[in-house]
Amino acid sequence: MYTQSFSVPDDEGKTARPAAASRPASEREAALQAQFDARIDADGRIEPRDWMPEAYRKTLVRQISQHAHSEIVGMLPEGNWISRAPSLKRKAILIAKVQDEGGHGLYLYSAAETLGTSREDMLEALHSGRAKYSSIFNYPALNWADMGVIGWLVDGAAIMNQIPLCRCSYGPYARAMVRVCKEESFHQRQGYEALLVMMKGTQAQRDMVQDAVNRWWWKCLAMFGPPDADSPHSAQGMRWGIKRISNDELRQKFIDATVPQAQVLGVSLPDPDLKWNEQRGHHDHGPIDWDEFWQTVNGHGPMNKERLATRVKAHDDGAWVREAALAHADKQQQRARKAA
Amino acid sequence: MSNAPALKDWPLWEVFVRSKQGLEHKHCGSLHASDSAHALQMARDVYTRRQEGVSIWVVPSHLIAASDPGEKDQLFEPASDKIYRHPTFYEIPDEVGHM
Repeated sequence: MYTQSFSVPDDEGKTARPAAASRPASEREAALQAQFDARIDADGRIEPRDWMPEAYRKTLVRQISQHAHSEIVGMLPEGNWISRAPSLKRKAILIAKVQDEGGHGLYLYSAAETLGTSREDMLEALHSGRAKYSSIFNYPALNWADMGVIGWLVDGAAIMNQIPLCRCSYGPYARAMVRVCKEESFHQRQGYEALLVMMKGTQAQRDMVQDAVNRWWWKCLAMFGPPDADSPHSAQGMRWGIKRISNDELRQKFIDATVPQAQVLGVSLPDPDLKWNEQRGHHDHGPIDWDEFWQTVNGHGPMNKERLATRVKAHDDGAWVREAALAHADKQQQRARKAA
Repeated sequence: MSNAPALKDWPLWEVFVRSKQGLEHKHCGSLHASDSAHALQMARDVYTRRQEGVSIWVVPSHLIAASDPGEKDQLFEPASDKIYRHPTFYEIPDEVGHM
């Protein structure tokens, strides 16, 4: 389960219009806005049929649907490895994990639908390439060690992002995240354990683990989004109680949590500048390559085309199943009517 | 894109799960399915992958009537000044013990 902690504009929404612009149209609207603000200030929750500012609704639809898309696309790199898992046990675990990701996507699509968007529109946005999803899936998963590292680091980073979302001001999103987070810990632990097993194997296996860590580490740090200074939308998200902890703060928490885990595992993290800073009580780290990150976000990562094509093919190949389910439901209804 | 049938043709269902015998069914989310049997099967897969339930209800979402959040105050406020409906309103001498 995965998300980028910031939500980037989908390609459609390039008419950048931050929220502040909308002026209340009427006194009634001003009163509603005041009520909404008061509830947010009191750390209250907003539910689907409550009044909410249009910009709040739009931001949530974008963020929740991007999050849902990330779950769905996130099934692909791991799905590729189900048939090549090294044992029946690992295969069963991987199937369960991929099924969870599909389930997480469904919780999130449902949460987004409470805001008035439709499943069909969201899928169309994903399949046409208009909607974004987490960039982490636009990198290839090259071998079995990648399965372990994705669980340990990618899911680990996602958990960091998602725990604060359990307190999101929008009720259905927060409730979906509670459910997701409960299931998430299995994902990280199974990955870490798979790596532990490999580290007890041959030198070649240990090398595979280190190689996979080297390839994924920086990409996981980028999952938390651009530095706070370059995240203009973060402040609005914080004001609305959608975002609770800043990108940099979450990234720092992730690094601090991961360093000792890497030591126990017996791998190094590929950052010569990574060291404990006594004064700050945190680890310092080297610079992140944001150009590469934005390249991938904007569609030029190594796997963007492949992932989207696979997703669209899966949807198209499944069309007959959706048709058959409807035909079956129709027939059952007719039969019931005749019998009555 | 293919000319697949519109997904909106699968209606929305609300899912309620009884976590164990003796407890009530609790709302846990929603999903799209072609009919009630399909909805039950999907609910099993989506909401009870880890033995979260022993029984599932599914209800077509459009059949649920809900109170209007805008009328929350009129609807619920009358109860707020009737504190005598709560046991703590009454002072009972300590020597009576638990009552």
